[in-house]
Amino acid sequence: MRDAQRRAAYGRAIFLVAYLVFAVLPIYWMLNMSFKSNEEIVSTLSLWPNDFTLDHYKTIFTDASWYSGYVNSMIYVAMNTVISITVALPAAYAFSRYRFIGDKHVFFWLLTNRMTPPAVFLLPFFQLYTTIGLMDTHLGVALAHLVFNVPLAVWILEGFMSGVPREIDETAYVDGYSFPRFFLTIFLPLIKAGVGVAAFFCFMFSWVELLLARTLTSVNAKPIVATMTRTVSASGMDWGVLAAAGVLTIVPGGIVIWFVRHYIAKGFAMGRV
Amino acid sequence: MSTLKPVNQKAWLLVIPVVLCVAFSAILPLMTIVNYSVQDIISPERRVFVGTEWFRTVLRDGELHDALLRQLGFSLAVLAVEIPLGILLALSMPAKGWKASAVLVVIALSLLIPWNVVGTIWQIFGRTDIGLLGAALAGLGFDYNYTGSAVDAWVTVLVMDVWHWTPLVALLCYAGLRAIPDAYYQAAQIDGASRLAVFRYIQLPKLRGVLMIAVLLRFMDSFMIYTEPFVLTGGGPGNATTFLSQYLTQKAVGQFDLGPAAAFSIVYFLIILLMCFVLYNWMQRAGTAGSAGSEDMPHA
Repeated sequence: MRDAQRRAAYGRAIFLVAYLVFAVLPIYWMLNMSFKSNEEIVSTLSLWPNDFTLDHYKTIFTDASWYSGYVNSMIYVAMNTVISITVALPAAYAFSRYRFIGDKHVFFWLLTNRMTPPAVFLLPFFQLYTTIGLMDTHLGVALAHLVFNVPLAVWILEGFMSGVPREIDETAYVDGYSFPRFFLTIFLPLIKAGVGVAAFFCFMFSWVELLLARTLTSVNAKPIVATMTRTVSASGMDWGVLAAAGVLTIVPGGIVIWFVRHYIAKGFAMGRV
Repeated sequence: MSTLKPVNQKAWLLVIPVVLCVAFSAILPLMTIVNYSVQDIISPERRVFVGTEWFRTVLRDGELHDALLRQLGFSLAVLAVEIPLGILLALSMPAKGWKASAVLVVIALSLLIPWNVVGTIWQIFGRTDIGLLGAALAGLGFDYNYTGSAVDAWVTVLVMDVWHWTPLVALLCYAGLRAIPDAYYQAAQIDGASRLAVFRYIQLPKLRGVLMIAVLLRFMDSFMIYTEPFVLTGGGPGNATTFLSQYLTQKAVGQFDLGPAAAFSIVYFLIILLMCFVLYNWMQRAGTAGSAGSEDMPHA
């Protein structure tokens, strides 16, 4: 029995390591490319840059059209994540705790907003945002991304909230807690994991979305993903700068996941309640 | 636990902000699309009402049927690979300590890369002359060429999607697993339950909620996949990797057929809606059957 358990543990470890290698290799290849000259990238296969260069990174950090892309992206992504979580928290609580007229319909309607194929919807979005004067603003992109992030946040949070027994709410109300005080001091800490996961997904989907962000911006709020589509120069594709920019797009998200990892890893302390 | 939730109409007050936020960007564009779909737009000033003509055209379009079949095959393959792999991955990930943190961060990396960059990375990665994957496959004696062979292209897009999105399933399941109280595992240990039984009667029922999110998200997102295959293969060779979104974009942007493209969008949307509805109800039923099973589990 113990042998079988140990073998199973070894099996899981080997599987995990194999997957991690698979996960990292393409990213390693991008990192590798970002330190090579363009000639080396397109001419030879090398596991390690033959002549190591930081030129591509220098291009990005010294050219405003490049680094402002990162700043713009971060501004609208942060705005979007904060708005999404703020409006989704009370709604998810309502869905997980009460029945009310149209609850199931509204919940499903929210989800359907994630199901609209973007290509043709771009034009009406463009017209709408031009009309209300939000074209090329950070707020405009943040609002547009709410369409797919808010439903997701509500959905994830509702799942986590439904896992918390209702007796907790009832006890708190009996003890004389008001709703806001109960929600902020007792309930929120219990679903930290859910908030962490939801915030991470909102950040991620907003960060990597290309079509809407590119359509709704031109100069002032132009995101990094749109800047990256324009690396084709006279001498062909600028692979090195593209790779360096790609490496840099992972960094902010990496920091975010580092901060929420505890929420994801700890789960919520239901066992102790 | 399963007592009915109380009825409370005031709960609407908590939902209104969400409805406003989403409706702001959802209702008007949808209405515009419906408007386009029943008109022939010759120029911005000249429009003719054509009724259901575009819908009939779209439904009879043979190329569309092919694209739809390719899309269904691709999405089902995505689910068949990514869901089991994601669950397995979540079960294999360490529960705590620095290893757990490190694994979480590494696993999440692929999700954070913009979609056009994902396509670009794999475009290079898969080339036999300058890419690691292509060179390795060629070195092993495979005649691998994702730009020439339809099968290779399809498999490359699938592997890219697995690489890109399995972490989403794994992260959701991992968070779900961490939410299971230790008491459940202790009870199972006392009962002498096998690992498989623990998975079947404790972990799987508790993962139902997150798995539902994972399956539906992966289904709808893979059904609308556009940027990655567009960058990687451009839909080729031939039409092998031209999925629905790309076919739609060719119609809308390439030929400026706004009316038919809008009708197509609506049909597309309805297909996703229908599939999600079926999946949702099926999983809900399977889920209740599963948790009923867990109640049968002999407790000490």
